[in-house]
Amino acid sequence: MDLALLARLNEERAARRAAVLVTDLQSNTQRLVLEKDIMADPLSALLSDALRMGKSGVVESDGHKVFLTVQAPVLRIIAIGAVHISQALVPMAKQLGHDVIIVDPREAFASPERFPDVPVHAEWPDVALPRLGADRYTAYLLLTHDPKIDDPALHFALKSDAFYIGALGSRKTHGKRVERLQTIGFDEHAIKRIHAPIGLNIGAISPAEIALSILGEITAKLRLKPDGTKIGN
Amino acid sequence: MLATDDDLLRQAEEWRREGRGVALATVVETWGSAPRPVGSHLVIDAEGTFMGSVSGGCVEGAVVTEALDVIESGAPKLLEFGVADETAWQVGLSCGGRISVYVEKVT
Repeated sequence: MDLALLARLNEERAARRAAVLVTDLQSNTQRLVLEKDIMADPLSALLSDALRMGKSGVVESDGHKVFLTVQAPVLRIIAIGAVHISQALVPMAKQLGHDVIIVDPREAFASPERFPDVPVHAEWPDVALPRLGADRYTAYLLLTHDPKIDDPALHFALKSDAFYIGALGSRKTHGKRVERLQTIGFDEHAIKRIHAPIGLNIGAISPAEIALSILGEITAKLRLKPDGTKIGN
Repeated sequence: MLATDDDLLRQAEEWRREGRGVALATVVETWGSAPRPVGSHLVIDAEGTFMGSVSGGCVEGAVVTEALDVIESGAPKLLEFGVADETAWQVGLSCGGRISVYVEKVT
Protein backbone atom coordinates (compact mmCIF):
# COMPACT_ATOMS: atom_id res chain seq x y z
CA MET A 1 0.00 0.00 0.00
CA ASP A 2 1.16 3.44 -0.89
CA LEU A 3 1.97 5.53 2.20
CA ALA A 4 -0.02 8.46 0.78
CA LEU A 5 -3.06 6.18 0.44
CA LEU A 6 -2.65 4.91 4.01
CA ALA A 7 -2.28 8.49 5.27
CA ARG A 8 -5.42 9.50 3.38
CA LEU A 9 -7.34 6.61 4.95
CA ASN A 10 -6.18 7.64 8.43
CA GLU A 11 -7.06 11.26 7.68
CA GLU A 12 -10.61 10.36 6.65
CA ARG A 13 -11.12 8.42 9.86
CA ALA A 14 -9.85 11.31 11.98
CA ALA A 15 -12.37 13.57 10.22
CA ARG A 16 -15.24 11.11 10.94
CA ARG A 17 -15.78 10.35 7.26
CA ALA A 18 -16.44 6.86 5.99
CA ALA A 19 -14.25 5.38 3.26
CA VAL A 20 -13.61 2.05 1.57
CA LEU A 21 -10.18 0.83 0.52
CA VAL A 22 -10.54 -1.38 -2.56
CA THR A 23 -7.75 -3.94 -3.07
CA ASP A 24 -7.72 -6.19 -6.13
CA LEU A 25 -6.21 -9.41 -4.78
CA GLN A 26 -5.18 -10.59 -8.27
CA SER A 27 -3.67 -7.46 -9.79
CA ASN A 28 -2.70 -6.01 -6.38
CA THR A 29 -3.97 -2.57 -7.40
CA GLN A 30 -5.60 -0.37 -4.77
CA ARG A 31 -7.80 2.67 -4.59
CA LEU A 32 -9.53 4.61 -1.83
CA VAL A 33 -13.19 5.48 -2.34
CA LEU A 34 -14.59 8.24 -0.13
CA GLU A 35 -18.21 8.02 1.01
CA LYS A 36 -19.20 11.00 -1.17
CA ASP A 37 -17.68 9.36 -4.26
CA ILE A 38 -19.23 5.93 -3.85
CA MET A 39 -22.12 6.46 -6.25
CA ALA A 40 -19.71 7.33 -9.06
CA ASP A 41 -17.60 4.20 -8.50
CA PRO A 42 -17.94 1.17 -10.80
CA LEU A 43 -18.49 -0.98 -7.69
CA SER A 44 -21.00 1.44 -6.16
CA ALA A 45 -23.65 -1.16 -5.22
CA LEU A 46 -21.12 -3.46 -3.52
CA LEU A 47 -19.42 -0.56 -1.78
CA SER A 48 -22.58 0.95 -0.37
CA ASP A 49 -23.73 -2.47 0.90
CA ALA A 50 -20.39 -3.03 2.62
CA LEU A 51 -20.50 0.44 4.15
CA ARG A 52 -24.07 0.10 5.38
CA MET A 53 -23.19 -3.14 7.16
CA GLY A 54 -19.86 -1.78 8.32
CA LYS A 55 -18.27 -5.02 7.19
CA SER A 56 -14.98 -5.57 5.41
CA GLY A 57 -14.85 -8.54 3.05
CA VAL A 58 -14.06 -10.13 -0.29
CA VAL A 59 -16.31 -9.47 -3.28
CA GLU A 60 -16.10 -10.65 -6.89
CA SER A 61 -15.72 -8.11 -9.68
CA ASP A 62 -15.05 -9.08 -13.30
CA GLY A 63 -13.82 -12.47 -12.16
CA HIS A 64 -11.32 -10.82 -9.79
CA LYS A 65 -11.36 -11.24 -6.04
CA VAL A 66 -11.47 -7.79 -4.53
CA PHE A 67 -11.07 -7.02 -0.83
CA LEU A 68 -13.03 -4.11 0.63
CA THR A 69 -11.59 -2.57 3.78
CA VAL A 70 -14.53 -0.71 5.24
CA GLN A 71 -13.74 2.16 7.51
CA ALA A 72 -16.71 3.63 9.28
CA PRO A 73 -16.26 6.38 11.89
CA VAL A 74 -16.28 5.60 15.61
CA LEU A 75 -19.84 5.71 16.91
CA ARG A 76 -20.60 8.76 18.93
CA ILE A 77 -23.21 9.01 21.64
CA ILE A 78 -24.41 12.53 22.39
CA ALA A 79 -26.23 12.48 25.72
CA ILE A 80 -28.50 15.41 26.49
CA GLY A 81 -28.52 15.50 30.26
CA ALA A 82 -25.48 15.39 32.53
CA VAL A 83 -27.46 13.13 34.83
CA HIS A 84 -26.74 10.04 36.91
CA ILE A 85 -27.61 7.68 34.03
CA SER A 86 -25.09 9.49 31.82
CA GLN A 87 -22.41 9.08 34.47
CA ALA A 88 -23.06 5.35 34.56
CA LEU A 89 -23.15 5.16 30.78
CA VAL A 90 -19.75 6.76 30.09
CA PRO A 91 -17.47 3.88 31.21
CA MET A 92 -19.74 1.24 29.64
CA ALA A 93 -19.84 3.06 26.29
CA LYS A 94 -16.06 3.36 26.35
CA GLN A 95 -15.76 -0.39 26.83
CA LEU A 96 -17.88 -0.82 23.72
CA GLY A 97 -15.56 1.52 21.81
CA HIS A 98 -18.03 4.41 21.46
CA ASP A 99 -17.25 8.08 22.04
CA VAL A 100 -19.53 9.99 24.43
CA ILE A 101 -20.28 13.72 24.53
CA ILE A 102 -22.43 15.31 27.25
CA VAL A 103 -24.64 18.36 26.67
CA ASP A 104 -26.60 20.06 29.46
CA PRO A 105 -27.18 23.81 29.96
CA ARG A 106 -27.39 23.35 33.75
CA GLU A 107 -23.88 24.09 34.90
CA ALA A 108 -24.30 22.32 38.21
CA PHE A 109 -24.93 19.10 36.28
CA ALA A 110 -22.52 19.63 33.38
CA SER A 111 -19.39 19.91 35.48
CA PRO A 112 -16.08 18.34 34.49
CA GLU A 113 -15.90 17.00 38.02
CA ARG A 114 -18.91 14.79 37.37
CA PHE A 115 -17.62 13.79 33.91
CA PRO A 116 -13.81 13.78 34.07
CA ASP A 117 -13.34 11.48 31.07
CA VAL A 118 -15.51 12.94 28.30
CA PRO A 119 -16.23 16.33 26.69
CA VAL A 120 -18.96 18.21 28.54
CA HIS A 121 -20.80 21.14 26.95
CA ALA A 122 -22.68 23.34 29.46
CA GLU A 123 -24.88 24.80 26.74
CA TRP A 124 -28.40 24.59 25.36
CA PRO A 125 -28.78 21.80 22.79
CA ASP A 126 -29.81 24.20 20.02
CA VAL A 127 -26.45 25.92 20.47
CA ALA A 128 -24.22 22.90 21.06
CA LEU A 129 -25.69 20.28 18.68
CA PRO A 130 -25.30 22.12 15.36
CA ARG A 131 -21.70 22.85 16.25
CA LEU A 132 -21.01 19.19 17.14
CA GLY A 133 -22.33 18.20 13.72
CA ALA A 134 -24.63 15.33 12.84
CA ASP A 135 -23.99 12.18 10.85
CA ARG A 136 -25.36 8.65 10.61
CA TYR A 137 -22.74 7.38 13.07
CA THR A 138 -24.26 9.44 15.89
CA ALA A 139 -26.80 8.43 18.56
CA TYR A 140 -28.78 11.00 20.55
CA LEU A 141 -29.99 10.26 24.07
CA LEU A 142 -32.51 12.60 25.65
CA LEU A 143 -32.14 12.09 29.36
CA THR A 144 -33.09 15.31 31.17
CA HIS A 145 -36.81 14.62 31.72
CA ASP A 146 -37.24 18.35 31.02
CA PRO A 147 -38.97 19.26 27.72
CA LYS A 148 -37.31 22.69 27.79
CA ILE A 149 -33.97 20.96 27.28
CA ASP A 150 -34.94 17.67 25.60
CA ASP A 151 -37.30 19.05 22.95
CA PRO A 152 -34.89 21.37 21.12
CA ALA A 153 -32.39 18.48 21.05
CA LEU A 154 -35.05 16.15 19.70
CA HIS A 155 -35.98 18.61 16.94
CA PHE A 156 -32.35 18.71 15.87
CA ALA A 157 -31.91 14.93 16.10
CA LEU A 158 -35.03 14.20 14.05
CA LYS A 159 -33.74 16.36 11.21
CA SER A 160 -30.39 14.53 11.26
CA ASP A 161 -29.30 11.14 9.86
CA ALA A 162 -28.60 9.84 13.40
CA PHE A 163 -28.82 6.03 13.55
CA TYR A 164 -30.42 6.07 17.00
CA ILE A 165 -32.58 8.52 18.93
CA GLY A 166 -33.74 7.53 22.41
CA ALA A 167 -35.84 9.51 24.86
CA LEU A 168 -36.22 8.83 28.57
CA GLY A 169 -39.67 8.88 30.12
CA SER A 170 -42.78 6.79 30.58
CA ARG A 171 -45.28 6.01 27.84
CA LYS A 172 -47.44 8.82 29.20
CA THR A 173 -44.54 11.30 29.06
CA HIS A 174 -43.78 10.13 25.55
CA GLY A 175 -47.43 10.55 24.55
CA LYS A 176 -47.24 14.22 25.50
CA ARG A 177 -43.93 14.53 23.70
CA VAL A 178 -45.47 13.10 20.53
CA GLU A 179 -48.34 15.62 20.77
CA ARG A 180 -45.86 18.50 21.01
CA LEU A 181 -43.93 17.18 18.01
CA GLN A 182 -47.11 16.80 15.93
CA THR A 183 -48.16 20.36 16.77
CA ILE A 184 -45.01 21.72 15.20
CA GLY A 185 -45.29 19.52 12.14
CA PHE A 186 -43.21 16.36 12.64
CA ASP A 187 -44.85 13.47 10.81
CA GLU A 188 -45.39 9.88 11.91
CA HIS A 189 -42.30 8.64 10.09
CA ALA A 190 -40.08 11.05 12.04
CA ILE A 191 -41.76 10.31 15.37
CA LYS A 192 -41.34 6.55 14.85
CA ARG A 193 -37.56 7.03 14.84
CA ILE A 194 -37.67 7.82 18.56
CA HIS A 195 -37.00 4.90 20.89
CA ALA A 196 -39.25 5.61 23.85
CA PRO A 197 -39.36 4.52 26.56
CA ILE A 198 -35.60 4.39 26.00
CA GLY A 199 -33.65 1.12 26.20
CA LEU A 200 -34.39 -2.59 26.03
CA ASN A 201 -37.01 -3.85 28.43
CA ILE A 202 -34.82 -5.62 31.00
CA GLY A 203 -36.62 -4.28 34.05
CA ALA A 204 -33.85 -1.74 34.65
CA ILE A 205 -34.14 0.29 37.86
CA SER A 206 -30.74 1.72 38.82
CA PRO A 207 -28.94 4.31 36.66
CA ALA A 208 -26.36 1.68 35.65
CA GLU A 209 -29.07 -0.77 34.65
CA ILE A 210 -30.80 1.89 32.57
CA ALA A 211 -27.46 2.74 30.92
CA LEU A 212 -27.02 -0.98 30.16
CA SER A 213 -30.49 -1.21 28.62
CA ILE A 214 -29.78 1.85 26.44
CA LEU A 215 -26.45 0.47 25.25
CA GLY A 216 -28.11 -2.88 24.60
CA GLU A 217 -30.69 -1.17 22.42
CA ILE A 218 -27.98 0.77 20.57
CA THR A 219 -26.06 -2.47 19.97
CA ALA A 220 -29.19 -4.16 18.64
CA LYS A 221 -29.83 -1.20 16.34
CA LEU A 222 -26.31 -1.60 14.99
CA ARG A 223 -26.19 -5.37 14.64
CA LEU A 224 -29.73 -6.42 13.76
CA LYS A 225 -31.81 -5.87 10.67
CA PRO A 226 -35.35 -4.57 11.26
CA ASP A 227 -36.64 -8.18 11.10
CA GLY A 228 -34.42 -9.13 14.05
CA THR A 229 -31.86 -11.22 12.13
CA LYS A 230 -28.18 -10.44 12.37
CA ILE A 231 -26.70 -8.04 9.80
CA GLY A 232 -24.26 -9.79 7.49
CA ASN A 233 -25.89 -13.22 7.76
CA MET B 1 -3.10 2.00 23.28
CA LEU B 2 -3.53 -0.23 20.26
CA ALA B 3 -6.98 -1.51 20.99
CA THR B 4 -8.55 -1.31 17.55
CA ASP B 5 -7.57 -2.13 14.00
CA ASP B 6 -7.89 1.57 13.18
CA ASP B 7 -5.10 2.35 15.64
CA LEU B 8 -2.97 -0.23 13.86
CA LEU B 9 -3.31 1.59 10.54
CA ARG B 10 -2.12 4.74 12.28
CA GLN B 11 0.79 2.73 13.70
CA ALA B 12 1.69 1.51 10.20
CA GLU B 13 1.73 5.08 8.92
CA GLU B 14 3.88 6.27 11.84
CA TRP B 15 6.42 3.48 11.46
CA ARG B 16 6.73 4.13 7.73
CA ARG B 17 7.24 7.87 8.33
CA GLU B 18 10.03 6.99 10.77
CA GLY B 19 11.71 5.32 7.81
CA ARG B 20 11.10 1.73 8.86
CA GLY B 21 10.28 -1.03 6.38
CA VAL B 22 6.65 -1.86 7.08
CA ALA B 23 4.20 -4.55 6.02
CA LEU B 24 0.47 -4.68 6.68
CA ALA B 25 -1.26 -8.05 7.04
CA THR B 26 -5.06 -8.19 6.81
CA VAL B 27 -7.47 -11.09 7.37
CA VAL B 28 -9.43 -11.08 4.10
CA GLU B 29 -11.44 -14.30 4.41
CA THR B 30 -12.35 -16.76 7.14
CA TRP B 31 -14.02 -20.17 7.06
CA GLY B 32 -15.33 -22.04 10.08
CA SER B 33 -14.47 -20.76 13.51
CA ALA B 34 -11.72 -18.21 13.02
CA PRO B 35 -10.38 -16.36 16.05
CA ARG B 36 -10.18 -12.90 14.46
CA PRO B 37 -12.75 -11.37 12.10
CA VAL B 38 -12.22 -10.27 8.51
CA GLY B 39 -10.48 -6.89 8.45
CA SER B 40 -8.19 -7.61 11.44
CA HIS B 41 -4.66 -6.30 10.99
CA LEU B 42 -1.15 -7.18 11.97
CA VAL B 43 1.50 -4.51 11.38
CA ILE B 44 5.09 -5.70 11.02
CA ASP B 45 8.36 -3.77 10.67
CA ALA B 46 11.61 -4.94 9.06
CA GLU B 47 13.01 -5.90 12.48
CA GLY B 48 10.12 -8.28 13.05
CA THR B 49 8.40 -6.03 15.60
CA PHE B 50 4.65 -6.50 15.31
CA MET B 51 1.40 -5.09 16.67
CA GLY B 52 -2.14 -6.39 16.43
CA SER B 53 -3.29 -9.89 15.52
CA VAL B 54 -4.72 -11.96 12.68
CA SER B 55 -5.43 -15.02 14.84
CA GLY B 56 -5.40 -15.82 18.51
CA GLY B 57 -1.63 -16.04 18.32
CA CYS B 58 -1.45 -19.32 16.35
CA VAL B 59 -0.13 -18.05 13.03
CA GLU B 60 1.37 -14.65 13.82
CA GLY B 61 4.90 -16.08 13.80
CA ALA B 62 4.49 -17.40 10.27
CA VAL B 63 2.85 -14.17 9.07
CA VAL B 64 5.76 -12.14 10.46
CA THR B 65 8.24 -14.35 8.60
CA GLU B 66 6.32 -13.92 5.35
CA ALA B 67 5.99 -10.19 6.00
CA LEU B 68 9.77 -9.79 6.24
CA ASP B 69 9.92 -11.36 2.78
CA VAL B 70 7.28 -8.96 1.48
CA ILE B 71 9.15 -5.96 2.91
CA GLU B 72 12.29 -7.21 1.14
CA SER B 73 10.71 -7.99 -2.24
CA GLY B 74 7.85 -5.49 -2.32
CA ALA B 75 5.54 -8.12 -3.81
CA PRO B 76 2.29 -8.75 -1.88
CA LYS B 77 1.30 -12.28 -0.83
CA LEU B 78 -1.99 -13.96 -0.16
CA LEU B 79 -1.49 -16.59 2.56
CA GLU B 80 -3.81 -19.32 3.75
CA PHE B 81 -3.70 -20.96 7.14
CA GLY B 82 -5.76 -23.75 8.56
CA VAL B 83 -5.93 -27.34 9.57
CA ALA B 84 -6.52 -28.37 5.94
CA ASP B 85 -3.26 -26.80 4.87
CA GLU B 86 -1.03 -28.33 7.47
CA THR B 87 1.14 -29.97 4.87
CA ALA B 88 1.69 -26.74 3.01
CA TRP B 89 2.17 -24.67 6.16
CA GLN B 90 3.84 -25.84 9.29
CA VAL B 91 1.37 -23.87 11.34
CA GLY B 92 -2.33 -24.36 11.69
CA LEU B 93 -5.22 -22.91 13.59
CA SER B 94 -5.92 -24.95 16.67
CA CYS B 95 -9.58 -23.95 16.52
CA GLY B 96 -10.05 -25.81 13.25
CA GLY B 97 -10.91 -22.75 11.17
CA ARG B 98 -9.20 -21.48 8.06
CA ILE B 99 -8.12 -17.93 7.30
CA SER B 100 -6.73 -16.10 4.33
CA VAL B 101 -4.32 -13.24 5.02
CA TYR B 102 -3.17 -10.57 2.56
CA VAL B 103 0.31 -9.23 3.27
CA GLU B 104 1.44 -6.03 1.54
CA LYS B 105 4.34 -3.64 1.87
CA VAL B 106 3.71 -0.01 2.83
CA THR B 107 5.71 1.88 0.20
